[in-house]
Amino acid sequence: MSEDFDHPDIVLEPHGPMLVRGASTIRDAEGTLHSVDRPVVALCRCDKSSRLPWCDGTHKVIPRRRTS
Amino acid sequence: MPKPRGPLSEWVVARLADSGAHPVGAAPLAHVTDDEAIALWSLHELSYRGFEDASDDAERDPEVLVVRHGLERALEQRLRARWDHAGTDVPEPAGVPDALEALVAADDGPSLADHVRRRADTDQVLEMLRQRSVYQLKEADPTTWVVPRLPTRAKAALMELQFDEYGGGNPNRLHAHLFAKGLESVGLRSEYGAYVDDALPETLELNNALSMFGMQRRLRGAAMGHLAAFEMTSSIPARKIAQGLGRLGLEGAMVGYYDEHVEADAVHEQLAARDICGTLAEDEPDQVGEILFGAFTCLDLESRVATALFDAWGVER
Ligand code: FES
Repeated sequence: MSEDFDHPDIVLEPHGPMLVRGASTIRDAEGTLHSVDRPVVALCRCDKSSRLPWCDGTHKVIPRRRTS
Repeated sequence: MPKPRGPLSEWVVARLADSGAHPVGAAPLAHVTDDEAIALWSLHELSYRGFEDASDDAERDPEVLVVRHGLERALEQRLRARWDHAGTDVPEPAGVPDALEALVAADDGPSLADHVRRRADTDQVLEMLRQRSVYQLKEADPTTWVVPRLPTRAKAALMELQFDEYGGGNPNRLHAHLFAKGLESVGLRSEYGAYVDDALPETLELNNALSMFGMQRRLRGAAMGHLAAFEMTSSIPARKIAQGLGRLGLEGAMVGYYDEHVEADAVHEQLAARDICGTLAEDEPDQVGEILFGAFTCLDLESRVATALFDAWGVER
């Protein structure tokens, strides 16, 4: 039997962003609405991105505090 | 077709030409690696867009395939020798995403992006873009060859990533097209293969490795490892390059191209490391070493290109 696979819409990456699949709009912490035009987006969880609400990879160069 | 750089590439170009007047006799040996590199690049190109002045039959011409095979074997041996020399530990399948992260974190190759951000002059930035254009004008294409060779999970994840590379179906957002627009915005030529004659041997070697990994099923693990390392080292450098372009007043479409990669590659690196390489390693444990080999090769070849450019510019690294 071929198995079914997990394919969550939202994934919390260890020490990294939140991946969101299939979103069309995202409201950021300031209340601004951003439209999404890619199949998967990475939302910043470390708050240090220069392009919030999107992850820009900065989480990799800051010391780790999260234990997820 | 590109300008030959020695007897071997001269033979190849004559052999591929549409004239039917094929050179007689076996391909001569290359005198320099530059000659070998441009010869293999030309042979690989037959499987992409081809050349106006090459015969369409050349791709499968048995004599041409023999030369291509020999050049690929030599390239692969060279790449594997560097990997063996690095002596990296190969993890259990479940440890592949972390091992990729560690490999990338330990990479101390010279950074073109740092240089572009802070100090590069316009000529240097344009030179870097010309070198990059050899790949970026067919961005993502070498990786697409791998799709049918992957198990289910890795295949779906690779398509999710590639779909984004190809603009989600919108030709205006296709990454290679964004790069072409970017080249025009900084006054460079954007037609496919425009700067191949300016490509350094290191640039050609990088492109040849990527094509070889993509085109041989046996090397699928290396292709996916290469993809992961590439994506994992893209978003932060892309931001730096965008800043450097802004500093030099090169605003416009090229900045847009790099901006797009900051966000896109922050997603892609997660997909590549976990959903593609992680699941491939679980499903085909014999690919673990290959994945790491591919990732190492990506970092190593990028660092060789950077070193060659810094040397050419007389910049201390
Ligand atoms: S989570 Fe990636 S920059 Fe914040």
